[in-house]
Amino acid sequence: MTDTRTPLLDINDLNVHFSTNSDKDIHAVRGIHMHIEKGETVAVVGESGSGKSQVMMSAMGLLADNGWATGSVRYEGQEILGLSRRKLNSYRGSKMTMIFQEPMTSLDPLYTIGRQICEPLQVHQKMDRKRAMARALELLELVGIPDPKNRLKSYPHEMSGGQRQRVMIAMALANNPDLLIADEPTTALDVTIQAQILQLLAELQKKLGMAILFITHDLNIVRRFADRVYVMKTGEVVEEGNTKTIFDNPQHEYTQMLLSAEPEGRKPAPAADAPILLEGKGVNVTFNITSGAFGTQKHELRAVNNVDLRLHQGQTIGIVGESGSGKSTLGRALLRLTNVSGEVMLDGEDMSHISKEAMREHRKRLQLVFQDPFGSLSPRMMVGQIITEGLLVHHPELSARERDLRAIEALEEVQLDPSMRNRYPHEFSGGQRQRIAIARAMVLKPRIVVLDEPTSALDRSVQKQIVELLRDLQEKNNLSYLFISHDLSVVRAMSDYVMVMKQGVIVEEGLTEQIFDAPRELYTKQLMAAAFDLEPISA
Amino acid sequence: MLRYVFKRLLTAIPTLFIIVTLSFFLIRVAPGGPFDLERPLDPKVMENLNKIYNLNEPLWQQYLIYMNNVLHGNLGPSFFFRDFTVAEMFGNGLPISIEIGGYALLMAILVGGMLGVWAALKQNEVPDYAVMTVATMGITIPNFVVAPILTLLFGVMLGWLPVGSWNNGAWANKILPIITLGLPQVAVVARLTRGAMIEALRSHHIRTARANGLPGWMIVVVHALRGALLPVVSYAGPAAAALLTGSVVIETVFGIPGIGRYFVQGALNRDYPLVMGTVIVIAVFIMVFNLIVDLLYALLDPRVRYD
Repeated sequence: MTDTRTPLLDINDLNVHFSTNSDKDIHAVRGIHMHIEKGETVAVVGESGSGKSQVMMSAMGLLADNGWATGSVRYEGQEILGLSRRKLNSYRGSKMTMIFQEPMTSLDPLYTIGRQICEPLQVHQKMDRKRAMARALELLELVGIPDPKNRLKSYPHEMSGGQRQRVMIAMALANNPDLLIADEPTTALDVTIQAQILQLLAELQKKLGMAILFITHDLNIVRRFADRVYVMKTGEVVEEGNTKTIFDNPQHEYTQMLLSAEPEGRKPAPAADAPILLEGKGVNVTFNITSGAFGTQKHELRAVNNVDLRLHQGQTIGIVGESGSGKSTLGRALLRLTNVSGEVMLDGEDMSHISKEAMREHRKRLQLVFQDPFGSLSPRMMVGQIITEGLLVHHPELSARERDLRAIEALEEVQLDPSMRNRYPHEFSGGQRQRIAIARAMVLKPRIVVLDEPTSALDRSVQKQIVELLRDLQEKNNLSYLFISHDLSVVRAMSDYVMVMKQGVIVEEGLTEQIFDAPRELYTKQLMAAAFDLEPISA
Repeated sequence: MLRYVFKRLLTAIPTLFIIVTLSFFLIRVAPGGPFDLERPLDPKVMENLNKIYNLNEPLWQQYLIYMNNVLHGNLGPSFFFRDFTVAEMFGNGLPISIEIGGYALLMAILVGGMLGVWAALKQNEVPDYAVMTVATMGITIPNFVVAPILTLLFGVMLGWLPVGSWNNGAWANKILPIITLGLPQVAVVARLTRGAMIEALRSHHIRTARANGLPGWMIVVVHALRGALLPVVSYAGPAAAALLTGSVVIETVFGIPGIGRYFVQGALNRDYPLVMGTVIVIAVFIMVFNLIVDLLYALLDPRVRYD
């Protein structure tokens, strides 16, 4: 790197503040320095709340209304921070462009994608509609959208998430930018789609030579693509350097923590003669979908198709699949939270035909922990009330004092300070909330817990802690888990048996090592490759 | 799409039938009859009147007669305004009500829409607070208060506009009624547009448009406003039906010969054919505008499909 060259983007002493309703402003980015050279791939890594997105939002003039930035952002030597919208518009969308985390909502639902790709071309290059459309067609071909000619006339809702992200990329590349900022471009996508999108970005960079800046929490992306890395924590850059140096020899303890945050350890299988707690035979879940003006056309959607499953005491079955595979529906079906056909046996007792009221009796043995720790705790109840609510139903004989003791016990079990039980959920972080949700399940002393993506909404370092907590609780209380997740590294650390699900069907199942070390089915192999293949594609 | 319109029109027929039937019997449940005066009529006269208007027949037979007439386009004679048939009364009054209501609607959508967009773009700034204060006043102050105040100001004190009367539909005489009728609607539309615009401007695709460097007017008009129009359209449909079928208060205060008065007068005088006629007119308007709203929805939002 020669020092005489002007960097493409040069950020100096950048600060970002947000005003809040209380009189204290949030200082989200604290005097950071960053630079990006032409054609380079840089990654900004950090966990949620580290301010990594806000850095680029300020460069693009996209800060929320209550936010402001100070310092300097220079594009090829020209100061662009604080430019009027009009002047800034000659940079954004043409010289520097951005794609976002939310492919489902980042396109305008009311216009065809052809028209939307044309807009930046017409605005920046003053192309007429016909030439812009021809270029849009080229771009769709470039990003690998099948049948691009007809796709120009499609609306966003007619496309999948992966395709929409390709359209976003096409739009971002329309004016041959020098810098493409990708803010968590694959986080909302399934793993196999993630791999495709990353591959595409790598190929496009090779072909077009623009610089790419990845904002991400995913170290896999960093390792595979980035030349240089900035590690951010609470608004500051704590470490920067070449990717290889940082991965081989991290200096800052936060970087070391991030790198070691991959969940470790394995779950041993239970004894072969452990009793079967939960058994499903030929489990089916079908949804009737009606369409047409008077609901005249009906068809069935089979979300879970003929699944057999046996959960032994002390066992963890990992159910793996991408979105729409039916894995969550299977979990709910086994708890009889949805209409189900086939046989479901709990402790050898047939539960598939008993009434809802009779089912309630069994509920305390079966508990459920959800993905979203923000939505699944009532904001108007104190943590203590949330945890002990189930006791009111299942153990009405307990006095208020006894319930309180149980709440203390449960909070201690999940390693939270019991004095927190008089506080409300919004005072807690995502990881703490997930611990509360786990405490709520554990307080009833269940035998089976269905964990539906319990770590997906959490940062890597927090995930690791939750995984360890769940394993400890399992060992201590001899629990059985049904662990539903799309995240293979977490599944590997949690489960001793894995079932791979696709379109409602179990495509492959087996012991964890078997599935991970020697997958047989093509689909499983694709999943593994997408999640663990660390070979750089853009060599 | 045509098939959908056809289907909707077909389903309108039984709906209308049910509305007419229910109203026919309900209005007759109310005590009193069309010819009950403070001083009772001579029984002979009464009998003759009842005979002429078929009121001496059993109720179900009166119903059949009425339905038969309606199917032949005959809404019957007014019992109270003896020189007119109901059809004549609507023929004269409806165009006037539609004209006044139509302009009020236009004003509501244009002025209210623009104010709403302006307030949304200046959210939590002076224009926003000003527009919302005026809008709240527009909704809360009733039109029988606004009408005399406007008349006093523009008619009496400034002398710019006539104080009342229809004057054969001279333009000057229409201005105050249109404004009085339209003001509360301007207020509602402004509030709705503001709310919808604020939400639209926060959406992710607006961020994309900004990141693409599109000019501000394009972001507002092309990408935010179209989506924000949806809630306004669904309000404007029923509102249009109400505005175009006249307003009792406006017509009474300004002396306008529209049809808004007929509902009240017909009901008070037990003028059965007039009430029924009003019911039919209003029902048809509501059904037509609901259909228009649904079609506009499909036009504005490609995700809405009716086939």
